[in-house]
Amino acid sequence: MVAPFDMARERSPHAPVIVAPSAHALPSRRADLARVLALGAALVLLLALGAALAPAAQEADFLAKNLPPSLAHPFGTDWMGRDMLCRTVAGLSLSASLGLLAALAAAGLSLILGCVAALGGPAADALVSGAIDVVMGLPHIVLLILVSFAFGKGFVGVVLAIALTEWPRLARVVRSEMLQCRGSDYVFAARRLGQGPVRVAMRHLVPYVLPQFVVGLVLLFPHAIIHEASLTFLGFGLPPEVPAIGSILSESMAYLSTGAWWLVALPGAALVLCVLAFDMLGRSLARLATRGGAL
Amino acid sequence: MLVVVVSFVVFLLVDLSPVDPVQANVGQAASLSMSEAKRAQLEAYWGVGEPLLERYGNWLWGLLHGDLGTSLRFDEPVAQVIAERAGASFALLSIAWVGSGLLGFVLGVVAGMAHRRWPDRLIRGWCFAMTSIPSFWLALIALMVFAVALGWFPIGFATPVGVAQADVTWADVAHHLALPAICLTLVGVAPVALHTREKVIEFEAGEVADFCRLRGEGPWQGFWRHGLRNVALPAITLQCASVGEIFGGAVLVEEVFSYPGLGQAAVTAGLGSDVCLLAGIAVVTSLLVFGGNFAADVLYGVVDPRMRSARGAAGASKEGPLASLVDRPEDYDVPNASTGEVGRGGTV
Repeated sequence: MVAPFDMARERSPHAPVIVAPSAHALPSRRADLARVLALGAALVLLLALGAALAPAAQEADFLAKNLPPSLAHPFGTDWMGRDMLCRTVAGLSLSASLGLLAALAAAGLSLILGCVAALGGPAADALVSGAIDVVMGLPHIVLLILVSFAFGKGFVGVVLAIALTEWPRLARVVRSEMLQCRGSDYVFAARRLGQGPVRVAMRHLVPYVLPQFVVGLVLLFPHAIIHEASLTFLGFGLPPEVPAIGSILSESMAYLSTGAWWLVALPGAALVLCVLAFDMLGRSLARLATRGGAL
Repeated sequence: MLVVVVSFVVFLLVDLSPVDPVQANVGQAASLSMSEAKRAQLEAYWGVGEPLLERYGNWLWGLLHGDLGTSLRFDEPVAQVIAERAGASFALLSIAWVGSGLLGFVLGVVAGMAHRRWPDRLIRGWCFAMTSIPSFWLALIALMVFAVALGWFPIGFATPVGVAQADVTWADVAHHLALPAICLTLVGVAPVALHTREKVIEFEAGEVADFCRLRGEGPWQGFWRHGLRNVALPAITLQCASVGEIFGGAVLVEEVFSYPGLGQAAVTAGLGSDVCLLAGIAVVTSLLVFGGNFAADVLYGVVDPRMRSARGAAGASKEGPLASLVDRPEDYDVPNASTGEVGRGGTV
C-alpha cells in the first residue's frame, strides 16, 4: 500500500516511525532464483522456437498479404503475405543469438585484457587503459559502423563490431577488481612462492572476479541485442532476406505511411520485451551474486 | 594526443575494409572493363601500393590543413558535406542534449526526494523502460502516432518538400525539428535521471540533510540550499560524457525521420563505401566526445570550488589531460563516488 504523495511529504525518511516493509518489497533469494531459471528457460525456448520457425518465416502467401492482426496471424502479415509472428520470433532469436555470441566474445576480451592490465606491469596497464580510452573516445554507433565497415558487412562484421565496441565497460570493472585482488596478501604470497603471472591469474584473480564477471556478462546481453538491432536496422550487417529483427523493422518503415502499424509496433515490442527479460535476468543474477556467492 | 590515436584507429579500420578503392570510385562495370594500364594509374592515384603509415601521414597532413578528401556519395569536399550536415544536426543535438540533461535532472531530483513513493516508482520504471527501448523504435512509434495517425508533425526531412530553400520559414524548420528532438530528448533522459536519483537519496540519508531537518528546514528548502550543487556535479559530468551517446541516438533518429544531419551522412557513407566521408565524420565526432569531456572538466571547477584547489595538485601529476577520460562515470547503475576531494583519478 503506497501512501499518497501529499500526506507522506511532511514525514522525513528519518522520522522515528516504525514502518514494516511490505513482504513483497523485501528482496527474496528464492524469487530471484526462480526468476533467473524462468527467464533462462524462456530464452532457450525463444532460441529453439526461432530455429524451428525459420523456414515458416520465409513462406510467402500472396493471397494473405497486408493483413492486420487476427487469430490466424496474431502479428498480421506483411506485403508478401509472410506471417509476422513467425518472422518476429525467427528474427528475434537470430538477433539474440548474434547478441549472445558477441557479448561472450566481448566478455572474453575484457577478461583477458583485464588480466593483462593487472599483471603485465605498468606499461601493459597503460596500454589497456589507453585502448579503453580510444574505444570510448568515439561515439558507440560510429565505431559500430566503422568496424562493421572494416570487416565487411555480414555475419562476421556484426559480431566483431559489437564485440570490439562492447568490451571496455566490463574490462574496466574487471581491471579494477583485479588490481584490488592483486594487492591482497595471498597473491603476494603466491608470487613470492614462485608462481608465474599466468598461474596467479588463473588460480587467484579469475576466480576472484568471476561473480562480477558473470553478472557483467549477462548485463552485456541487452546492450549487445539493442546494438545488433540498431546495426541491422541501419542496413549494416545481414542481407535483407535474413529476418533479423532490425531488418524487419527497417523494411516495415517503408510501409509506415500506409497505416500498417502492426509491422512496426509488434516486432518492436517483442524486441523490447526480450531486452527487458535479459535485463531482469542480469539484475536478479546480480542480486544473487552480491548476497553470498550463489554462483 | 588521444585524438591522434583515435584518428589512427579510424584510419586503420577504414583501411581494413575489403572495399577496393578503384572499384568503389569508378563503379563495378567500369572497373571490370578497364585496361590494365588505366587501372595501374588509378591505383597509384588512390595509393593502393603505398605502405599504411605513409598513407596515414598524408591523410593526417590533409586533415590538419582542413582537407578531408572528396566525398564519393555527395561529390563534394568532405569538409563541406560535414559542415552542411553539422548545421542541421547541431540544432537537433543541442536541443536533445540540453533538454535531456535538464529533464533528467529534474526527474531524478523528484524521484530521489520521493524515494519509494509513487513518483519515484513511476519515474524509475519509466527510466528502466527507456533504457530497454531502442531509440529507433521509439522514433518509429512517435512517427506512426504523431505524424501518420494524428498528422500533427511532418513525416520527415528538415524542411517542407517542394518549397524553395529561400521560402522556408523558421516555423517550418521548428515544426520539422520538433518530433526528432523530442524523441532524442526522451531517449537521453534515463541515465541522468537514474544517476541523479541515486545521488539525491544519498544526500537525503546523509548528515547534511539531517542537520537541515534539525534546523527546521523543509525537505525542498534544505535540498535547494545544500543538496543541489552536490547533486548537480555528477549529473553535469555524466551529461557531458554522454555527448557520444546522444550522437549515437541521433544517427538512428535521423535515419528514421530522413533528417539530413551528420548521423544520416555517416550511415550513407558506411553503406555506400564512402571512405573519406566516413573517416571524416568519425574524426569530427571523436572531437565532439573529447570536447564533452573537456567541458565536464572545466565545469567541475566552476560548480565545485574544492576542485579548483585539487586541480592545482592534480595538474602537476603525470596524468595530464588523459585523467579526464579515465574518470568518466562508467554506468549509471554502478554507483561511483567521484565527489571526493582528491578522487579525480577515480578508477586508477
